[in-house]
Amino acid sequence: MSAPRHLGIGVALGVLCGAPLAAQVAVRGELVHTMAGPALRDAVVLVRDGKIVAVGPAAEVRIPEGYEVLTAKVVTPGLIDARATAGLAGWLNQDHDKDEVDPAEAVQPELRAIDAYNPREPLVAWLREHGVTTLHTGHAPLALVSGQTFVVKTSEDALAGAVLKPAAMVACTLAGSARGEGGKSPGTRAKMIAMLRAALLDAREHMAKQAKATADKPVERSLRKETLGAVLKGEVPLLIHAQRQEDILAALRLQEEFGFRLVLDGAAEGYLVADRLLAAKVPVVVHATMLRHTGDARNASFETAAKLRDRGIPVHFQSGYEGYVPRTRVVLFEAALAAAHGFGREQALRALTLDAATLLGVQDRIGSLAPGKDADLALYDGDPFEYTSHCTGVLIDGKVVSRTVR
Amino acid sequence: MPLSNRLAGVCLLLVSSGAAQERPIAFLGARVVPIAAPAIEDGTVLVHRGKVVAVGPRAGVAVPAEAERREVKGVLLPGFVDTHSHIGGGSGGDASAPIQPDVRIWDTIDVRDPGLQKAQAGGITTVNVMPGSGHLLSGQTVYLKLRDGNAIEDLLIRGPDGAIAGGIKMANGTNSQRAAPFPNTRGKSAALVRTEFVKAQEYRAKVQRAGGDPEKLPPRDLRMEALAMALDGKWIVHHHTHRADDVLTVLRLAQEFGFRVVLHHVSEGWKVAEEIARAKAPCSVIAIDSPGGKLEAIHLRPETAGVLERAGVSVAIHSDDGITDSRLFLRSHAMAVRGGFSRAAALESLTVAGARMLDLQDRVGTLEPGKDADLVLLSGDPFALDTVVLETWVEGRKVFDRADPKDRLHAVGGLGASDGQVMHTHCGCCDGEEAHR
Repeated sequence: MSAPRHLGIGVALGVLCGAPLAAQVAVRGELVHTMAGPALRDAVVLVRDGKIVAVGPAAEVRIPEGYEVLTAKVVTPGLIDARATAGLAGWLNQDHDKDEVDPAEAVQPELRAIDAYNPREPLVAWLREHGVTTLHTGHAPLALVSGQTFVVKTSEDALAGAVLKPAAMVACTLAGSARGEGGKSPGTRAKMIAMLRAALLDAREHMAKQAKATADKPVERSLRKETLGAVLKGEVPLLIHAQRQEDILAALRLQEEFGFRLVLDGAAEGYLVADRLLAAKVPVVVHATMLRHTGDARNASFETAAKLRDRGIPVHFQSGYEGYVPRTRVVLFEAALAAAHGFGREQALRALTLDAATLLGVQDRIGSLAPGKDADLALYDGDPFEYTSHCTGVLIDGKVVSRTVR
Repeated sequence: MPLSNRLAGVCLLLVSSGAAQERPIAFLGARVVPIAAPAIEDGTVLVHRGKVVAVGPRAGVAVPAEAERREVKGVLLPGFVDTHSHIGGGSGGDASAPIQPDVRIWDTIDVRDPGLQKAQAGGITTVNVMPGSGHLLSGQTVYLKLRDGNAIEDLLIRGPDGAIAGGIKMANGTNSQRAAPFPNTRGKSAALVRTEFVKAQEYRAKVQRAGGDPEKLPPRDLRMEALAMALDGKWIVHHHTHRADDVLTVLRLAQEFGFRVVLHHVSEGWKVAEEIARAKAPCSVIAIDSPGGKLEAIHLRPETAGVLERAGVSVAIHSDDGITDSRLFLRSHAMAVRGGFSRAAALESLTVAGARMLDLQDRVGTLEPGKDADLVLLSGDPFALDTVVLETWVEGRKVFDRADPKDRLHAVGGLGASDGQVMHTHCGCCDGEEAHR
C-alpha cells in the first residue's frame, strides 16, 4: 500500500491551499474492507476534500493534526443499491409522494428519474443511515416501459451535484405487473412483447431518419424514440424486470433481435435458464431475497443469488420495489440473507460495492477505498451483515452524513 | 412399556390424528434453552406421548431403555409461538358489515397451503391465524398447532371442555375505514364498536338472568355469543392498531367493556409505552425493514419492542405472514434485538410471551415437564445470520426436517415451493388479494 506517499501529497496540498484542517475526517477501523485488496486490520482511511487520499495500516498512515477521527469495528466502502425505486417511491405512499410510475401509458421511456427523485425523501435517509451511499433508482417495474433510472448519491443535496449518471438505464417490465388496468393494453404477455418490439422498431426507424436528416430537412424530435434509440445504440442498457423463466427467455429473444445491452432485474426463476443467461452474458440484479414469494415470484428462492453466481453469472443486489410495507427494502439486509444462503459474506460485500459500481459504470468514482476515490464510507459496530450489528456512521464525499446508530 | 399401554396407544392413534407418541424420545447433546430456566449445555430433553417428561443436564435425566436416543447438535428451544399470522388462505368477514363476530376463520383455512409448511420451517409450532384488519371486527381467530394434518380439525387446540382455542380480531385506524356501512372516521369507528358491545352486554345479561332455563334464554345469536365470550374474558381481543391515539382508544374501549386485549402492530407504541404499561396490555409487535408504506406506519421504529420492554410491557414479535415471511420469524426477533430489545426478552417473545397472549402458557412456550413436546432445533445462536432451523417438532412428532429435500424446499424456496399458496398481504399489490385486508 502506497498510503504514506499519498498522505504526503494530501498534506502538502492542504498547506498550499490553506484549507481548514478541522473539516477533514479520518476513519479508523479494526477491519477495513477496501475492496481494492485484502481487508486491512487496524487501518485508517484518510479523507481530504471529499476524496480518499490514503488507506493503510494505522501504523503507517499519519493522521494530521485537527482531523476528526471516527472509529469503527468494521469499515466498508459506501454500499451501492443496484436497483431501487426509493426517492421516486415515498414513505407516505400517497399521491403526494408516489412518483414511481405513471399509469397513463404503457411505454414512456422519456420519463427521467432525475425529474422525479426527492433526495430528502425519508426512505432515502433510512437507506443512507444503514450505509447505502449510492442508489441506482428510478421508475418501478409497473409498466411495460415505465421510464428511466439514474445513479445518485444518497446525500440530501444530491441533485445539486451528486448525480453520478443522470440517465443510467431504461426500465422495462415483462411481468404481470406490466398489465394495463381497466382493459388497457398490454393485457397479455404476448401483447407486451408485440408492443415493445413495435416501440423499438419505431425508434430504429427514427434513428435512420435522423441519420439522413439535414439542416433544412430536420426530423421531428421525439423524446420517446430518442431514448429508445440510445438503448438500440448501446449507450443505455435496457433493464428488463422479469421473474418467470418464460419472461426471461422473452427478454433474451428481444435482445437477440435488437442487439441492445440487457440487464436482467429479478430473475426469480433464473436458475431454470442459467445456461441461457450465461451464454448471453447477461448481468442479473437479482430480486430482493425477501421479496414475497408469490405471483410471478412464486418460485423465488433465498438461494437464487448463489445459484446464479455459481454458474458464473454476474449477480448484483437490489432493494427493488414494494407497493406497501416495507415501502423500501434495505439492500444490506437482502444481501445478508443471500450471503447466508450460499452467496457468502465476502462475495456479498463485493457485490454491494465494487461489482455494483462496475455494473453501473461508476467504478472510477466509487465502490472501493483507494486514493483518488470518492470518500463514501460506511461504519459498522460488527459484521455489517449480522442482524444485530449496527451502522454507526456514514460518509458521502468526505462529509459525515449520518451518525445515527441504525 | 406394558403391551396393554402400547395397544391403548394404537387405539388412540386410530381415533385421533393428533396421536400420542408412544415411544419416548430423548434429545441429547444440544444447548437446551428451556426459557423457564437457565440454558443447559449438553442438555437432555425427554418427551413422551406428546409431552415433555424431563429437562436437564445429560447426567441429570434418566433416559428409559426403550427410548429413541437422538444425539443432536445445536440449540434446542420450545416451539415458537406466532401471535399474528394469516397463513392458510383463510378469510374472515365479507364486505357487508364492519363488525362480524359470527365469522370463524377456521372454517376457511386450507391445511394443505404451503404457508403452513413454511411456518413449520420457520420453527413455528403454535400460531394465531387471524382474519384481516379491513373490519372493525373481522371475526374469530383460531390458535393452531402446526401438526401435519388433513383437515383443520387436526390442527385445532381444544380446551378440557372441547372448546376451540381462539380469540377475536379487531382493528381501528384507516384499514377498517371506508364507505358506509363501514365507518369513515375514527369517532364513528369507536361508536360502532361501543354500540355493538353494549348490545352484547344486554344479551349477556339476559342469558345470565335466564339462569340456564331454556324458556327464558334469548334466541341464539352467533354474533352476540362471540362478543359475550370477549366480555367474559374467555376470548382475548387481538386488536390491530398503529397510531398512538388509536392505541389509547383501544385501551379506553377495553376498560369500558372489560375485555382482555392484546395490542397488535403498535407502530407508535413507543410514544405511549407508559400508558400501555399502566393498562397492563401485552403488545404483539411487527418488525418491518423500513418505516412507512402507509400513513399510519411512518413512525414505526425498530426501537419499539425495546422501548415497550423497558416500560414493563410484555412483548412478542409476530410475523403477520405474508407481511413478513414465517420463515424469517427468527430474523424479526433478531432485528428487534438490533433495535434495543434484550436478548432475554426476544427469547421469551419467540415462545412464552406469545403463549401468554394466547392463554396457552400452560401448554406451550417453555420446556418443562408436562408441557407439550413442541421443539425447535437450531443450528446455532438464535439471533445470528447463519443460524437455520434444523428440525421442528410438534407434540413429539417431527413436522420439519431441513435434511429432507421436500422440507428444505419449503425452507429456502424454489420451483414448486409455493404451489397453491394463498398469501395474505393486506394490499392490492399482489396477486389475488383484496385491498387493505
